[in-house]
Amino acid sequence: MNGWIFILVCLTILIWAALCLVYDKRPRFLRPVTAITILCIWVAALWTLIRRFTEGLGAVTGMNDNAPWGLWIGVDVFAGVALAAGGFVIAATVHIFRIKRFEPILRPTVLTAFLGYILVAVALFIDIGRPLSWWHPLVMWQEHSIMFEVTWCVILYSTVLAIEISPVVLERLGLTTLLRLVKTITIPVVIAGVILSTMHQSSLGSLYLIVPEKLYPLWYSPLLPVFHLLSAVAAGMCVIIVESFFSSKILRRGLESSLMADLGRAASIILFLYLVIKLADLAVRGSWVLILEQNLQSNLFLLEMLGGVVLPAILLSFRRVRKLPRGLLAASTLVMMGIVLNRINICWFGMSVSDQLHYIPTWMEIAVSLGSITAGIIVFFLAVHYLPVFPKTEEELPGAVSPLPNAA
Amino acid sequence: MTKNQHMTDTSAFNRRRFLQGMAGATGLSVISPSSLNAHLPAHAETPSVLVDVTRCIGCRSCMRACKNANDLPNDTDLSKGFPHSWDRQELRFDQWTVVNPATGCNADGTEVTRNVKTQCMQCLDPTCVSVCLVGALTKSELGPILYDADRCIGCRYCMMACPFDIPKFEWKGGMSPVIGKCQMCTRKRLAEGRIPGCVESCPTGALKFGQRDTLLFEARARIKTRPERYLNHIYGEKEAGGTAWLYMSDVPFESLGFKSDLETAPMPPLTWEVLNKIPMVAAAMAGLFGTLAWSLNRRESLDSQESPDNQETPE
Repeated sequence: MNGWIFILVCLTILIWAALCLVYDKRPRFLRPVTAITILCIWVAALWTLIRRFTEGLGAVTGMNDNAPWGLWIGVDVFAGVALAAGGFVIAATVHIFRIKRFEPILRPTVLTAFLGYILVAVALFIDIGRPLSWWHPLVMWQEHSIMFEVTWCVILYSTVLAIEISPVVLERLGLTTLLRLVKTITIPVVIAGVILSTMHQSSLGSLYLIVPEKLYPLWYSPLLPVFHLLSAVAAGMCVIIVESFFSSKILRRGLESSLMADLGRAASIILFLYLVIKLADLAVRGSWVLILEQNLQSNLFLLEMLGGVVLPAILLSFRRVRKLPRGLLAASTLVMMGIVLNRINICWFGMSVSDQLHYIPTWMEIAVSLGSITAGIIVFFLAVHYLPVFPKTEEELPGAVSPLPNAA
Repeated sequence: MTKNQHMTDTSAFNRRRFLQGMAGATGLSVISPSSLNAHLPAHAETPSVLVDVTRCIGCRSCMRACKNANDLPNDTDLSKGFPHSWDRQELRFDQWTVVNPATGCNADGTEVTRNVKTQCMQCLDPTCVSVCLVGALTKSELGPILYDADRCIGCRYCMMACPFDIPKFEWKGGMSPVIGKCQMCTRKRLAEGRIPGCVESCPTGALKFGQRDTLLFEARARIKTRPERYLNHIYGEKEAGGTAWLYMSDVPFESLGFKSDLETAPMPPLTWEVLNKIPMVAAAMAGLFGTLAWSLNRRESLDSQESPDNQETPE
């Protein structure tokens, strides 16, 4: 019980801190309070991890034989991968479709994606039962398994992201030869990244194709891979908007308003596409009647679809909303929350029999998830502080090395 | 459709045909006799157990025998509450079979209690084997599905995917927990020509070990001779593509807690049909995006040659 109070207090403080930034209120104790909160979360997470590695998953998580996958898989892995989809979308926009306007946000986006995938890898290491065997899929192949394909794609795509973000480090260190090498292979690497992302983003949905009689029919569909890919692309774009907004506040730099508006518009179009396919799928399979059941699953489904898809898609389709940074932020946050809820619904509520929940996460699981998210944010701003991630202003431009890997 | 997929489809198709008596097996299915016979003997001869629910008295000797045969901890007091009420026992990573009383409902609405043994069903086309990314779960040459802890990474996808919810996980296993499930005593007994421990210990003949086709024949014979006693449904004959464990009962299986919503087609093609298209999609995407990037890049460099000051400078 005390643990839950601790989690609630921490969450309240973090949300308050975020709101302070949104409304440009900066009380003097904002920084120390946030820092102490994050440190407390990290201590709790560390303690949880020690127990997890000594006693086992059952000692700290709510998972059990009836609910083998919990919060760490649903949020940290499934939602984490989806939220990091912005990396391949923007990389493709700039390097494949050659829409150079988006170049200023390329590096922060790829950095976000790279950190996101590192967090996913860490979460997997914590969650798999035998973490010291993590390398087995590399040498023990069973190519009939979707999980095998997902594992390989995630490992390869993390490598791709490392290559894509490497110029940032190479520039800082002044390694021009390596930098030139990376520049020459950028386009093939980006293409590989787009293919790998398409594959594993959709395959995370395909993981559930094997449970037609277990997953609630509002979520089960042969089109699960399509839904997962589309929702990840939309959510990935919204993460870029949210990330740009907060980094503009924290680093006190300008916001690329027109780019953000374009992203919002693109996300809106994809959300509408998702909605149309989803509704058609429900109609064809006749599952739509379940929406009217008014049980746990149908309520969660309605919340997810109305709050995470319909409302933000409509909001983002208005130019007036897209022009307001806070309007964009609100709609994008809804999309992010919607996709997290969608992954939780599939992983948890949709796999439960009617109202009987086999799994309730412990506060310790939430502490680890919060710890990993806050760690990712802190590392992001450290990287931004020490490395040339954001385009610099004119006077700071180094003469010898071009800051953008692709500028001729 | 790849070769492998084709094999899976035909074998499932042929098996079903065979089990229906091959009566009208004409047409396309007989075109290639080699693939027709490829998987047939294996499935018909696979070591199986017939469970006659009406004969089980719930003594739990099989649970005890299972623990002894597989060196599992034997510390649970299985007879607690006997004979008035058993403590319900659940499958665990170290308890591979359980017998629990289940209250079912007859067709005429009368409530009856039967003892139901639960363990791995040993699917003919196992879902767990298809989802395991490191091949820790494999179908042995003898038939049953074996688990190799040395390969397992503990991802628990098998638990999620199993249509019968059989694999269990050692939740307090620190850094090296294992998955536990019935392996039909393959390594310790079947390989030496002995029958599974649970079957050997059954005092009432509720469990019978044999080849799958023989047991199916026997089950049908029992149903035919005593139609008033048995339902005309052999659970496991077709469920999830067919299983090695076969159940017969006088009470509808659904009311005894058996899963009734399983397809008769095997499960693995559900993901394989998506998976086998990935190489093609990836190749198509590589071609498409490669051409696109190359042509747009080329146009850019031509543009910049024509007007050198057209080049964008980073802000």
